[in-house]
Amino acid sequence: MQQLLEGEKELIIEKVGEILGKHGSDRENLIPILQEVQDSLGYLPGLSMEIIAEAMDIPSVDVFGLTTFYNQFRLNPPGKHQIKICMGTACYMVGGRIALESFERHLKIGEGETTSDRKYSLETVACVGCCAIAPVVVVNEDIEGKVTPTRVDGLMLAFEADEQEEEQKEAEENEEKGD
Amino acid sequence: MSKKITLTIDGREITAPEGEKLLWVALDNDIYIPNLCAVKEIDPPQASCRLCFVEVEGYREPVTACNLAVTEGMVVKTRSPAVDRLVKTAFELLLSDHRLKCSECPKNRSCELQKIAKERRLKLRLTRFRPLVKDLPIDDSPDTFAFDPTRCVLCGRCVWEDHEVAGVGAIGFSRRGIDRRVTTFGDTSLADSPCIECGFCVEVCPVGALSFKE
Repeated sequence: MQQLLEGEKELIIEKVGEILGKHGSDRENLIPILQEVQDSLGYLPGLSMEIIAEAMDIPSVDVFGLTTFYNQFRLNPPGKHQIKICMGTACYMVGGRIALESFERHLKIGEGETTSDRKYSLETVACVGCCAIAPVVVVNEDIEGKVTPTRVDGLMLAFEADEQEEEQKEAEENEEKGD
Repeated sequence: MSKKITLTIDGREITAPEGEKLLWVALDNDIYIPNLCAVKEIDPPQASCRLCFVEVEGYREPVTACNLAVTEGMVVKTRSPAVDRLVKTAFELLLSDHRLKCSECPKNRSCELQKIAKERRLKLRLTRFRPLVKDLPIDDSPDTFAFDPTRCVLCGRCVWEDHEVAGVGAIGFSRRGIDRRVTTFGDTSLADSPCIECGFCVEVCPVGALSFKE
């Protein structure tokens, strides 16, 4: 599971506490509670599942079993750049998996995972509705069509350039503040 | 004390307490019905291994013996072509994601799968299905035992022991479909889990998934 960021632990404890307070700790409320925690935090950190399990007096592994069973729950934080690869029939047939594997190689993470710096997250989706330009990848809100491994290289380069630009801007702003 | 009833299994007349599940009545009377996931105390039974099919008069199709309560005058046959076919398929499906190499398995000769194969004259190798053995590592982090998920048949006996008998809560099922497996919270090693190494789960494992170290 992902390392928590600074201050994230306190946030999780606060939010989960609030939600538990609202729903009570009956086991029948487990799924609604998990859904609300995910809405509030963007994902289900391990710590949140442990807090909920303890409040309900059930083994934490049971909560883990449930959250890994249902597709609606994500255990990894959404990345700054969310990459969604279409695995609908058309995209799958013309090489959606090849696009996925290219991203996996670049980012050194698997499907459903997030890089440790939380810059990128990788997931597969079913049809996005533009099969004519398959294989399709949705990056944040932008749709990329006909994604070949070369295009993946290009996308990654663009991301890196963006990141560098941002870093530079931040550095400049900090300098200005310093003056 | 509950009422006693009489039923017939494979032509034998048997007396049993009313409401007892057929599987246990048969086993208590030395009539073998294949089973993996059955634990007497689990109510309702999981009925997930699909191996305990029998024919019962009045039912159109074979039924699982583990979740059928016996009634007065019930007539049961443990074997029929339909039963054999269902059990054979269920057994082959279990083998399809099971690491077979019995000679290297710690439970060789005391394995339930081997027992079922012998009783029902089933082959301990795949003929119809493609093997789908998962690429999962053995967890030998506990001092006293090891867990090999590739030999697990997902019967759930260990999870039951862990939760209800030992009251520990270290292991449970996670994921679904072909990815379903017994894990700890967050897929950590057993040594990093709340496991207290009571060994209860190892004792009930019907196959070579959980085994004591030498």
